[in-house]
Amino acid sequence: MKGNEVIGEAAVYAGCRYFFGYPITPQSELVAYMAKRLPEVGGCFLQAESEISAINMVYGAASAGVRVMTSSSSPGFSLKQEGISYLAGAELPAVIVNIARGGPGLGNIQPSQADYFQVTKGGGHGDYYTPVLAPSSLQEIVSLTREAFRIADEYRTPVILLGDGMLGQMMEPVEFEDEKPLPKVREKKWATTGTKGDGPPKTITSLDLNDTQLEIRNNTLQQKYAAIKEKEVRVDEYLLDDAAYAIVAYGTVARIARTAIDRARKKGIAVGLIRPVSLWPFPATIISEYSSVLKAILTVEMSAGQMIEDVRLAVEGKAPVFFYGRTGGVIPTVDEILQQIDRLTEEVAI
Amino acid sequence: MKTVFKRTTGLTDAETHYCPGCTHGIIHRLVAEVLEELDALETTVGVASVGCSVLAYHYFNCDMTQAAHGRAPAVATGLRRVLPEDRLVFTYQGDGDLASIGMAEIVHAAARGENITVIFVNNAIYGMTGGQMAPTTLLGQKTATTPEGRSSQLQGLPIRVSEMLATLDGAAYIERVSTHDPVHVLKAKKAIKKSFEIQRNRQGFSMIEVLSSCSTNWGLTPEESLKWIKSQMIPYYPLGIFKQQPCIGEES
Ligand SMILES: Cc1ncc(C[n+]2csc(CCOP(=O)(O)OP(=O)(O)O)c2C)c(N)n1
Repeated sequence: MKGNEVIGEAAVYAGCRYFFGYPITPQSELVAYMAKRLPEVGGCFLQAESEISAINMVYGAASAGVRVMTSSSSPGFSLKQEGISYLAGAELPAVIVNIARGGPGLGNIQPSQADYFQVTKGGGHGDYYTPVLAPSSLQEIVSLTREAFRIADEYRTPVILLGDGMLGQMMEPVEFEDEKPLPKVREKKWATTGTKGDGPPKTITSLDLNDTQLEIRNNTLQQKYAAIKEKEVRVDEYLLDDAAYAIVAYGTVARIARTAIDRARKKGIAVGLIRPVSLWPFPATIISEYSSVLKAILTVEMSAGQMIEDVRLAVEGKAPVFFYGRTGGVIPTVDEILQQIDRLTEEVAI
Repeated sequence: MKTVFKRTTGLTDAETHYCPGCTHGIIHRLVAEVLEELDALETTVGVASVGCSVLAYHYFNCDMTQAAHGRAPAVATGLRRVLPEDRLVFTYQGDGDLASIGMAEIVHAAARGENITVIFVNNAIYGMTGGQMAPTTLLGQKTATTPEGRSSQLQGLPIRVSEMLATLDGAAYIERVSTHDPVHVLKAKKAIKKSFEIQRNRQGFSMIEVLSSCSTNWGLTPEESLKWIKSQMIPYYPLGIFKQQPCIGEES
């Protein structure tokens, strides 16, 4: 199965029965997969007239209390930002997939990590965050898609699953049975499904014309974000026990970095990998702890340098932080990263 | 004593925030009365839009979701695709919301034949933001953004939404009504009832365009406003049924 199709099957496995999408490369296989798969399980797939409509259909479906998903790639993901802000404001659970591609503008269809700022810093208007999960293998797509739906339901929040064109298009064997199925959707008392005599009418809105009321609402959101920061940080650590150096990389780049690290280790360089799996909340504490004992840190991204800002904030000057990035859909090679590891050891030795 | 008129249970006790002379309140009451008469208050989910009626969820006595500006038909689509068939779903939208920023959403909801009711309130202006030009603003009409009056050369011609959507095969029922006098208010109610019945029969998309007033931003008294609907709006926006698909079983 292709990565995009794995996301679709993983969503179905997690109990998602509704999908509203719009074609865009490199995520179109997911839309096509859901068009075929959801009717088989009694769900509904609808191709919307735009990403804007798709995310608002998600808003409607989430209002009715079901697990629902939409997906896109960078330009289309930008169009969803208004809707994501409304989902956050109205506290509606949903999972939004971004299989990112080269930008800005129309860019190209090659893999990229240049949407990091957009997904981790809110993205739309207003004080909000969305949890962001970034798998780096197809098996991990299965577990993180499940996690995305769990977090969405548990905290009543939109959750982003972030991949890139490479992850979406690659093929790898996956096991679904290894994952515990996500429990059925608990009854969502707040959902607008018709009152059926169950008490007063329910309202879903992000509007509060009264300033103090809106501040109270915003404080509630912030408390929720604090709880997410406390409980939902995920990070993968590789060969860090004796490391003098560490690479920080996520998603596709982390796979390449791992191979480079294995080769550096053969040359006797003590380097390890810190792979943020949740990009928000960012594993700042872990990075901070390691930075007190590391000689230097290298951040590698398929961008001109976005996650590095969070890495630097976490490190707080305790170790030098270097950067290597490729953009425009160019994927850094193992050799390039290996060279950067060498550079790291030289610079720190001086 | 016989009760000849009572407040509908379709509205909450909340006092509306509408200006004197505005007919949003009347249109709310009509929708609410229809839902009460159809015994549908407990099985209806409404979608409020962005405009003067943004707080509609305070007034309608049924479950309500509030949508982003122009996106109510997409939100209603999401609800429709999830909710059981016995539920009724409606949107309540202004002309800026529906015919400008939300034009794509309304056209495609109609084209899909989405089984929803759309209450489209056409007051020829953006009320909430202080009286700017709407896509429905009449030629010559002065607004905050057409201080010299709307000109066909500069701003183009107003859009007749009902006529436009009636060209789509997916639309089952489209009618334009008015609120400028009691007779027309009663006709408007009949049309609104019809559209909910069509939805109940699962016949698909229906929209009732309701000509409405905005005394505050038109700069007219409430009485002058009603006259303005009759003398200025109706000639450009003729009343009537623009689309009526044969009922299921009636097709030959
Ligand atoms: C994305 C976005 N753009 C603009 C606005 C500002 N805005 C609020 S209401 C409105 C126009 C509403 O006019 P209409 O739909 O005709 O309804 P009315 O107020 O006349 O009832 C606008 C432009 C907004 N809330 N969101």
